Amino acid sequence: MNPVLRVSGGFLFFANLLAGQTMHPSGNMFRPLATPARLVSELSELTVVICLSVFVIVAGLLAYAVIRFAYREGDSRSEPAQVYGSNQVEIAWTVIPILIVFVLSMATARITSAVQNQPIPKDALYVTVIGHQWWWEFQYPDLKITTANELHVPLSSTAQPHMTSLTLKSADVSHGFWIPQLAGKTDVIPNRTNTMWIDPHETGIYLGNCSEYCGTQHAKMEIRVVVDTPEDFQKWVERQRATAATSDADAGQQAFLSSPCIVCHTVNGTAAMGAIGPDLTHLMSRYTILAAETPNNAANLRDWIKDPQHLKPGNKMPTAPLSDRQLDQIVAYLTTLK
Amino acid sequence: MSIAASLPITAIHDEARNLDRGKVGLICLILTEISLFSIFVTAYLFFIGKSATGPQPADVLTVPIWATICLLSSSVTAELAVRGLRANAKGRFQLFLGLTILLGAEFLRQTAMEWNKLINTDHLTIATNVFGTTFYSLVGLHATHVVIGLLLLLLVLLLSLGGAQMHKHERRFEILSWYWHFVDVVWIVVFTVVYVIGL
Amino acid sequence: MASISYPIEEGHPAVRKRAGFWASFVDEWIFTVDHKHLGLMYIIIALLFFVASGLQGALIRIQLMYPNNDFLSPQVFNRMFTMHGTTMVFFVGMPFIAGLANYLVPLMIGTRDMAFPRLNALGFWLTLFGGILLYSSYFAWTGPAGTGSAPDVGWFAYAPLTEKAFSPGSSTDFWILSILMSSTGSTVTAINILATALCLRCKGMTLARMPLLVWMFCVVSFQILVALPPLTAAQVMLLFDRFLGAHFFDTNATGDAVLWRHFFWLFGHPEVYILIIPGFACVTEIIPVFARKPIFGRAAMIGASVSIGVISLGVWAHHMYTVGLPSRANIFFAVATMLVGVPTGIKIFNWIATMWGGRIRLRTPMLWCTAFLFQFLLAGLTGIMLAVAPFDWQLGNSYFVVAHFHYTLIGGLLCTLFAGVYYWFPKATGRMLSETLGKWHFWLLIIGFHVTFDPLHFAGLLGMPRRIYTYPAGRGWEGFNLFSTWGVAIQAVAILIFVWNVLDSLIRGQKAGNDPWDAWTLEWGTTSPPPEYNFAVLPEVRSSRPLWDLKHPEDPDWKYEQS
Repeated sequence: MNPVLRVSGGFLFFANLLAGQTMHPSGNMFRPLATPARLVSELSELTVVICLSVFVIVAGLLAYAVIRFAYREGDSRSEPAQVYGSNQVEIAWTVIPILIVFVLSMATARITSAVQNQPIPKDALYVTVIGHQWWWEFQYPDLKITTANELHVPLSSTAQPHMTSLTLKSADVSHGFWIPQLAGKTDVIPNRTNTMWIDPHETGIYLGNCSEYCGTQHAKMEIRVVVDTPEDFQKWVERQRATAATSDADAGQQAFLSSPCIVCHTVNGTAAMGAIGPDLTHLMSRYTILAAETPNNAANLRDWIKDPQHLKPGNKMPTAPLSDRQLDQIVAYLTTLK
Repeated sequence: MSIAASLPITAIHDEARNLDRGKVGLICLILTEISLFSIFVTAYLFFIGKSATGPQPADVLTVPIWATICLLSSSVTAELAVRGLRANAKGRFQLFLGLTILLGAEFLRQTAMEWNKLINTDHLTIATNVFGTTFYSLVGLHATHVVIGLLLLLLVLLLSLGGAQMHKHERRFEILSWYWHFVDVVWIVVFTVVYVIGL
Repeated sequence: MASISYPIEEGHPAVRKRAGFWASFVDEWIFTVDHKHLGLMYIIIALLFFVASGLQGALIRIQLMYPNNDFLSPQVFNRMFTMHGTTMVFFVGMPFIAGLANYLVPLMIGTRDMAFPRLNALGFWLTLFGGILLYSSYFAWTGPAGTGSAPDVGWFAYAPLTEKAFSPGSSTDFWILSILMSSTGSTVTAINILATALCLRCKGMTLARMPLLVWMFCVVSFQILVALPPLTAAQVMLLFDRFLGAHFFDTNATGDAVLWRHFFWLFGHPEVYILIIPGFACVTEIIPVFARKPIFGRAAMIGASVSIGVISLGVWAHHMYTVGLPSRANIFFAVATMLVGVPTGIKIFNWIATMWGGRIRLRTPMLWCTAFLFQFLLAGLTGIMLAVAPFDWQLGNSYFVVAHFHYTLIGGLLCTLFAGVYYWFPKATGRMLSETLGKWHFWLLIIGFHVTFDPLHFAGLLGMPRRIYTYPAGRGWEGFNLFSTWGVAIQAVAILIFVWNVLDSLIRGQKAGNDPWDAWTLEWGTTSPPPEYNFAVLPEVRSSRPLWDLKHPEDPDWKYEQS
């Protein structure tokens, strides 16, 4: 248990609150905050009620049988009546479960169809989600934005509905995209395109996880969905579309552009156009790094770059051969990428 | 309380009343092999038309009529061999068993020639594209079963030629012939999938 | 019960024994083809692998005790859960049920051995060597990127994670080859069981009079024959991909990842019924004896078992609700999966009805059966929740699923296997297991099991995915995980008590006699342990409870049974 991370996690939580963002960390499927999750939650509640009722009745009969018919000292030692069966009873407890199955099947069919076959309106926001080992890439093709690990979407209210349609692809192995309070999970499978939709009803930060085992760091592939008001979302879009401010005289920028970092990473407006790792153009606009709960600050960035295997063992970022001075310059440059 | 003391003494149970365990065993084996082949057939059907590059079936496959005639005829000769053994006609048995083996071997020779052409002339290997992958897997799985069947049939023939009294093992040879018939039926399915549906 | 000496006919010498302890040990246990020896050997190796796999499970729970724990590295953790799952399914579950079948089926149908004794031995040794091969992976050389050790791709090894590009070492190959070996062993056992039950029943034992345990093992054998080949085929295809450059699942070159899932779950779903139906078989034999009544609804039990065997072959895609199949596919599989719950429910009701109106002796085997009934009921109901496709979109691949399948396997299968052990140990060894130690074992295991697995349902409902080596604080998962881990210690003590019970009883347990439970099937009509030839004279039966007929000549079963 890393105390630094725990403390940082705590600060992060409060930092988010101060920034005016509500955290929705719990992932409780029975507190849905978008339509797909709500439809699923209603069906699930019905299912739980039915199953609980069956349990109470059958377990009650079982408990009664064990207690009432237990052999106690002093009971007759002769064999009880040898009953072989009863056709009526067999039919009854075949028909009743089939009826229950019928009811649940109807409800299941309705909700399955409602979620999967929902027509997507033309003015929906389209986001392409690309799963990587072990981070998430988000592309907004219509807005020409590429970011990583944090997905910004606009709030959807009854007055102003804003649906977001997610197109799911994988760059390597199978992953899963799961934000319980917004929707059920959908797998992200290479050579296959899946789609899902969300329409969050409350602003805030929603946490989710990769839900399909994808290798060493499957545990650290967290998804953050930041739901903004439509106005805040526009502001975010504007900031993301801007290229990075460049200054050729900046030592940090020079150090960055002559480092191996540019082989994998992109910073728009510079010569860094690598497409293997996360886009860093607006790195500092994200709350966390590493698709985990590591707070995004200079100290953690420095730790990460110096020894990627320390914070996320087994991940694919190579250790760059950088001197301490180069490292400081690069980190200083990165912290300007707002 | 013991059963022996109270129940009437019976002789060893009458095996003729119950099913033959060799036959039941082979039917179970055939059932599991059907399941195995079904998966390779499913994969073949799934990947039809999905090879983006490389040779396509219509470009490189020719329908193996002669090989099919050989293999299916070998079922007929196998059945004739069974009847010969049942009638204790050693000459007839050995003749038809020998023919069965020859016909099966000719089938394998045709397969080998086809694969030689595909690999060396058409440059289609298991790694070329999904057509190559599924073709060699499915046809190869069947061919492996033919090889095993031929080895067993050859063993029986050699034992018989060496003087063994095969008539005593008539039941066992019949069971082996059922395996051989199964291999032939599988070929009908493979042929249909690869050379009719997939072409 | 007085011991009876059976006459050995003239001209049939007793089993030849070589001089010397080791020589006769090798003869008796290494070269054996006797179904009783092989049955016990299967069960012994199952218990050994159970301990090994349990240790791996304990390590998993220790790592997950606290958020951000670093007790295990992610690489080691991922090997732990892969090996734990693979071992429990293929080297604990399958050998245990093979052992039960091999030991009991010939005795219960009144014959001398299985139909193919040498094939039986082959099946055992293949299974054992498969397990040894799997565990030798721990000692394998470290390949490139340090991955040449135990498999770490999950017990269902989804493609393309298992392709060479993403699993370059040989860990996946150990997974494939060890299971190919043991699958061959299982197939051979299935052929043997069907041939034995269909061909070697004693005189008078029509299929209708065949014990329900044997019926259920026939259903299991049919499932093994049909459902294991999809896994074998997929594994061979994966080997071709990995070593011959084929493209079945190679998504870099038009291969298909979902195809692996279809093939795997075509095997994987029937597999879980293959594992649990033998458990059903045990309780179906045990509950009547301890409730002192025949099984309620024999024909319905046979029909339900056959229905489960057949329907279970058609529900596999309920493991694939999140793959993005069209809604009509998801709905079909949801309905089919719920339907398979109907015959399972029928069986639960029949077991309760058997107890109803009985005079229930709550000895240890019956305690295990009772716990099984409560727990499997709950497990089945969480299964219905998972069957509802949209509910599964939240529950799937979370700790809710982990809780569900541990409920079916520990709360269900393991409890029935312990019931079977306590019930048939006297028959196999001639000695009773201690009731006192049995009750300690029972209560500690049940308590430990619930402490570990009940909270995990809630962690899953709160969004905790499975197969993660760590988790952050603040998601609401910490409390459940910490509580859950404490249950491991309790279960471990329970298992130690069980082992002690077995060893102690072998040496100085109370002598059992032929029929300590006053039971009704044929195995109780011979000595404990049975002689090598099982019965001096093969029996002849007139009903499904031949010993009841003997003990109650004034009121035999064959007056009431239709066949």
